[in-house]
Amino acid sequence: MKAVKRLVSARQELLRRYGMLLVLLVMVILASFLSDRFFTTANLMNVTRQVAINAILAAGMTIVIISGGIDLSIGSVIAISGALGAGVMAGGSGWVAGLLTTLAVGLAFGITNGLFIAYGQLPPFIVTLASMALARGFTQVYTGGRAIQVSNQTFQWFGHGYISSIPVPVTIMIVVYILGYLFFKHTKLGRLVYAVGGNEHACRMAGIRVNRVKVAIYGINGLLAGLVGVILTARLFSAQPTAGVSYEMDAIAAVILGGTSLSGGRGNIGGTIIGALIIGVLGNVFNLLNVSPFYQDVAKGMVILVAVLLDRLLHAGGRTIRKEVDSGTDKAESARA
Amino acid sequence: MKKSLLVVLAVLLCTALVSAAASAYTIGFAVSTLDNPFFVDLKDGAEAKAAELGVTLRVVDAQDDPARQLAGIEDLIARGVDLILVNPTDSSAVVPAILAANRAGIPIITVDRGAEGGEVVAHIASDNVLGGRMAGEFIAELLGGKGKVVELEGIPGTSAARERGQGFNEVIATYPDIQVVARQEAGFDRARGLTVMENILQAQPEIDALFCHNDEMALGAIIAIQAAGRADKIKVVGFDATDDAVQAVKEGRMLATIAQQPRLMGELGVEYAIKVLSGETVDKFIPVPLELVK
Repeated sequence: MKAVKRLVSARQELLRRYGMLLVLLVMVILASFLSDRFFTTANLMNVTRQVAINAILAAGMTIVIISGGIDLSIGSVIAISGALGAGVMAGGSGWVAGLLTTLAVGLAFGITNGLFIAYGQLPPFIVTLASMALARGFTQVYTGGRAIQVSNQTFQWFGHGYISSIPVPVTIMIVVYILGYLFFKHTKLGRLVYAVGGNEHACRMAGIRVNRVKVAIYGINGLLAGLVGVILTARLFSAQPTAGVSYEMDAIAAVILGGTSLSGGRGNIGGTIIGALIIGVLGNVFNLLNVSPFYQDVAKGMVILVAVLLDRLLHAGGRTIRKEVDSGTDKAESARA
Repeated sequence: MKKSLLVVLAVLLCTALVSAAASAYTIGFAVSTLDNPFFVDLKDGAEAKAAELGVTLRVVDAQDDPARQLAGIEDLIARGVDLILVNPTDSSAVVPAILAANRAGIPIITVDRGAEGGEVVAHIASDNVLGGRMAGEFIAELLGGKGKVVELEGIPGTSAARERGQGFNEVIATYPDIQVVARQEAGFDRARGLTVMENILQAQPEIDALFCHNDEMALGAIIAIQAAGRADKIKVVGFDATDDAVQAVKEGRMLATIAQQPRLMGELGVEYAIKVLSGETVDKFIPVPLELVK
């Protein structure tokens, strides 16, 4: 009986994962028919480079959402980390100092979020909503509302360079996803993320140091926001006070499109990159076909809604199984107690 | 001979009367901030015009703080000025101050930013439609009335995006051989300007000129155009004349940008204040012309 269930859920898992891949493939085929410019090496390189930023953010967001949390602050953290990094370079330091500052500021904001959420026992939504405003405010104060130019060419390489014909941001994205895959498959922390998202109470009962896990999760997410701060600053040759506004929303959309459940405990990072690609291809095709801006957001909203609805339907059968599993852990818990 | 002497006398008398009437006026000017060169120019223009016309101008600076602006306007009301020019720090936060002036029976003219409530005699601000037309005409002339043009639009629904686009497209529509091959939104944002232009460059092998609703998008698009190696073919025109953009124009990376004229805005403020005080009816909106920086 159990084996059958596992089989059923495995098939659903497959459908869910490859369902979105199917959506992406259909979109790519449609796009190739609609615009002869779409399926060119130059454009595909272009799309992946544009997707890189959202995909890297979405990788971090996947970890956060699987753990049952959310992080609304990353867009603002991109801005503050980029601004401080650019500020260091404008002050005469080299690209290494700029790079490390940007990453460190991202990490620091992430860890601070984690500390408030874990040890302050506050809802992630509220904490990161507050730090979203804080980080944006700091950015405005620090920059005085003006862009900070970055003329260091080595630093610009992170946005415009190539590593054997693959754009640097794409290379960084690929590395992030390989590390993300290894993180979930082969590290204890990666498995704990699922456990905390699935049943935090049970984890605490089982003696897992949930607070530390949470600080690590938000720290990683902040670090990735800092990494995007580097790429975005390098792409624009400047740190913009308005950089990253509402980037968190695109990241969350990519995670959800990738089949990760907003209620936590379920999802995978492989789906997220598909989600990010769907959003990226959509934007690219709109521009290629010169679709009216008024319709673009409507279409984007509909695609997300339909995709999530599809996910829900495919998952309708799985819910009962999940309940049983949950009650199973409850039983195990009470047995241990 | 006698007649002409009479005319001269009459003219002299009239001007004396007018200037006497004018010099009796005291106009208050509530500026949002003097930390920003734009508003310093605005104030300088108003002061120069006031000196020229012989009216007294009392300037209060809010330092971008709505509460300070309210206090400043209350002071002006208490001093019994004849009219107040208000350059609001914020369109909604200024409303209580305007209502206070309304109660005191002191007419208000808003400058640059409007007010969301209260009674305002006139609003003086840059004419975005005209600016869009200027950009359109400049590009059309540059291309000799023939070519392929791209337009990067601002946030849909904002007045700046709507008006700048309207002016630009009105002009372009009169040139049958100029084709707008792409019209896309990039949210007034440099990063969006970069990515959207990258996509458009993929789709359009031939582009002769690009008009952006603000300089931020133009500066982003220029990075994309340079990366694509098409900087010598595509001429870029922005809007706002920000420091970065003016620098880009100087360096030849950008062809032109449209500048507002804060000094002229200040001058017009005082001119219209006197018109209102001498009982003339004025239009609700007084557009200030823009300037092409190339």
